[in-house]
Amino acid sequence: MPRYLLIESRDPYDSNDTGFCRDLATQLAAEKNEVTLFLVQNGVLPARSGARSGDLTKLAGSGVRVLADSFSLKERGIDEKRLAAGIAAAPLDVVLDALAEGAKVIWH
Amino acid sequence: MADKKTITIAIMDAPYESGRSTTTLRLIDLAAKRGYNINVFAYEGAVLQPFSAQKPHPNTVHGRSVEEENHFIPKDAIASLMQAAEKNGGKIDWVNCGLCVDERGAVDAIPGVRRGSPADFWTMAEASDNTLVIATR
Repeated sequence: MPRYLLIESRDPYDSNDTGFCRDLATQLAAEKNEVTLFLVQNGVLPARSGARSGDLTKLAGSGVRVLADSFSLKERGIDEKRLAAGIAAAPLDVVLDALAEGAKVIWH
Repeated sequence: MADKKTITIAIMDAPYESGRSTTTLRLIDLAAKRGYNINVFAYEGAVLQPFSAQKPHPNTVHGRSVEEENHFIPKDAIASLMQAAEKNGGKIDWVNCGLCVDERGAVDAIPGVRRGSPADFWTMAEASDNTLVIATR
């Protein structure tokens, strides 16, 4: 099964194109690909349970693994225990593992 | 090392301007610790990341000396990463886009950085297990 890792570094409060990764992830998962969305830098801001986290929770429910970079969370004072449903904290090693294992990795 | 990998990363951001620079160096750090070979193609403002004339400065507003300020200097971080990679059996091949260097007068880079072109990026990507392009916005 083809593997994809989409890296989202942008947040919906500052950028109006964060739907790109969500839409692409949804389509790839619907076509039976293994898909991970990795949030990094300000991309972790909507991982907080709140007004903008619903799209990510919905994405996780569609079969996409949604992860938030632990370092980026800590930099922004976001408690890993307060992430929205379906989102887990993970180290940046996830990206390097995906690269090493030959996944298609796309930065946004 | 049987599972030794070669990863190519392209970056475009100048130092001190984006979290992308930090994330890139974090990725290189992880790869160096694993003993991977890491190719870096620095394009546009990223050619200033290993610029050898970078200097730490004091923070007079807060009354801190150079030592107290302990300012982050990308070229020193890159030099350390190169040493760490070699210590762990890997190597960092850092290529600065030559035209980007000329445009910015960034000719003086730290040892280990070489001049190249986008053709080098293609060559490195072809010879790698995987490639990540960290583009600017």
